[in-house]
Amino acid sequence: MQASVENVNNKKTENIKKSLEKESEFGSKIDLEMYSIPEETIEVQKLDDLNPEIKDMIKKVGITPDTSDKSGSFMMYNANVSHKSASSDSFELMSTKDAIKKYDGLSEYAWNLVHPEKDKYTASDYLNKSDGYFIRVFKGQKVVNPIQACMMIGMDDSVQYVHNIIVLEEGSELNLLTGCITHDDIQRALHVGITEIYIKKNAKLTYSMIHNWGDTVDVRPRTSIKIEEGGQLVNNYVCLTPAKSVQTNPVTYLEGPNASAFFNTVAVAYKGSVLDLGSRVYLNSPHTKTEIISRTITLGGEVISRGDIIANAENVYGHLECNGLVLDPSGIQKAIPALESHAMDIELTHEASVGRVARDQVEYLMARGLSEEQAVGLIVRGFLSGGIEGIPEELSKEINDIVEKTKDAS
Amino acid sequence: MLRIENLNVSIGDRKLIKNLNLVVEKGETVILFGPNGAGKSALLNTIMGFGNFKVTSGKIFFKGKDITDAPIDERAKAGLGIMSQRPPNLAGVKLRELVEIEIGHGNKPLNVEELAEDTGMTRFLERDVNVGFSGGEIKRSELLQLSAQCPDFFLLDEPESGVDPVNMAHVGNKIQKLLMGDSTCVGEMKEKGKSALIITHTGAILDYVDADKAFVLCNGTIMCSGNPRLLLNDIKTHGYKGCINCKLQSKM
Repeated sequence: MQASVENVNNKKTENIKKSLEKESEFGSKIDLEMYSIPEETIEVQKLDDLNPEIKDMIKKVGITPDTSDKSGSFMMYNANVSHKSASSDSFELMSTKDAIKKYDGLSEYAWNLVHPEKDKYTASDYLNKSDGYFIRVFKGQKVVNPIQACMMIGMDDSVQYVHNIIVLEEGSELNLLTGCITHDDIQRALHVGITEIYIKKNAKLTYSMIHNWGDTVDVRPRTSIKIEEGGQLVNNYVCLTPAKSVQTNPVTYLEGPNASAFFNTVAVAYKGSVLDLGSRVYLNSPHTKTEIISRTITLGGEVISRGDIIANAENVYGHLECNGLVLDPSGIQKAIPALESHAMDIELTHEASVGRVARDQVEYLMARGLSEEQAVGLIVRGFLSGGIEGIPEELSKEINDIVEKTKDAS
Repeated sequence: MLRIENLNVSIGDRKLIKNLNLVVEKGETVILFGPNGAGKSALLNTIMGFGNFKVTSGKIFFKGKDITDAPIDERAKAGLGIMSQRPPNLAGVKLRELVEIEIGHGNKPLNVEELAEDTGMTRFLERDVNVGFSGGEIKRSELLQLSAQCPDFFLLDEPESGVDPVNMAHVGNKIQKLLMGDSTCVGEMKEKGKSALIITHTGAILDYVDADKAFVLCNGTIMCSGNPRLLLNDIKTHGYKGCINCKLQSKM
């Protein structure tokens, strides 16, 4: 193994070790032996103390070195925590390792929603005792300004194992922004991220993730979310820049009446990349609600938009929507929606559309005097920005770049 | 201004327009009547150059230039503007953005806010174009866009459809104002006014615009022409059967 996996001789660890052979249900195979966990680390008191080169890079994923409008900031570089700061006592923000120490194993939350035996990525993440952020918002506290967290890979042929835990106590609210990025110089890397999210009664989490991986980076996040009565999740996933492959399929359990979860994905697949983006939601309690909406573009890569909604209680609502644009003849778009019901009085719907930019829209704009190129650009820009609320300045640039690349696609 | 010669248009194997001839002069407002499926919308869409409609023979001249095969944007730049009956939704494209682009194309110092105020669309500027708009809102949105575009020739496909009576006055008056162009009175329209080809089923638009003549289109062919109000009265009394029979008689 690539790192110091401690040998704990209990049966659980043996089982988890067996899972190192277990391939993921989806996504291309990755040989974990090809990657090592780098020692290199950075530590800064303030994000503003980072070297200018890195500061510019993290800005691309919406992380601001000036933290004056943030309630808290966190950064992980390779395998280690580089920075953590908080300007409010309405929550605690620490490294997951520290939280496990502080709370005697943190057994209530750690590896409770994501199981280490799930596949080789979870097993390897567990066995390598990965670090990450632990955020707990205290009961009734509404964190006004967002917390930002940055995950950065800085070494070639390296794997970044991450384990994040987010807990929103009853009635609390948090806006969490995460930015994941690979250093510009990296030729090949792998990111494996475990995230376990607990949203308790009437708590509300807005969780926005912006990614900028690089076309030689494989990404395997493993996320599980549990939402109690009246709790709400708004989940935004944005990936506008190239990645070699991303395979993610977060699982959400709506476990109390009126719990709700909204998933919003905006992604672009460039030549050579495979984005397998799914979401599975279990509606396990009456009056729970979910919407899974994705807007994806292929510029020559492959996009697989999965969505599974499973209704296990009465009076639940679920809607799946996959919008896929094909802007390059070699691109592939697959929409795989699945609805499953085990109860009466439920409403589950899905709609999916895959194709080129709609001809009637282009012609409508041309009749207003826009050239075909301008018309397609305006439609593509609208398609992407319509899925991203309050677009950070940096993303506007990415969107402009994509619009540039789609000039002939009509 | 617009001259159509022996036009034949098809979609697939279906012939929609057959040997149609039509002339609209500068400053003239021409009404197009006809039953459902007569080819009225097909004619307007063909003049604008929309993709599905294939001109199998004949010519369309605009301002003396053959535009039969011209791209849509070239026709728009030449001065054609269309109000579609059911325009598509443009998710993520804000109405303000589109209007600003149109103003940018022109050479008139127009102001988005003023144009929006004038069409009752101020509240809709930050909305996605046509998404969730009611029938009346779609018409006013089209009029806002046309006000920014400033065409010399208006192709209006049923401007009254889906519009309630209160909004109809707003829509009708706005259309007349657009058709007046730079003319200060109706008398000046021949010189300074704009041209229009307007499809109407109910004739409600005739209460607002000063229409010069009307044509009846049936089965893709012009069956009759005359004074717009008198023709409308005839159609209301006898339906379109009268026009079809009359045309058949004239051929015998």
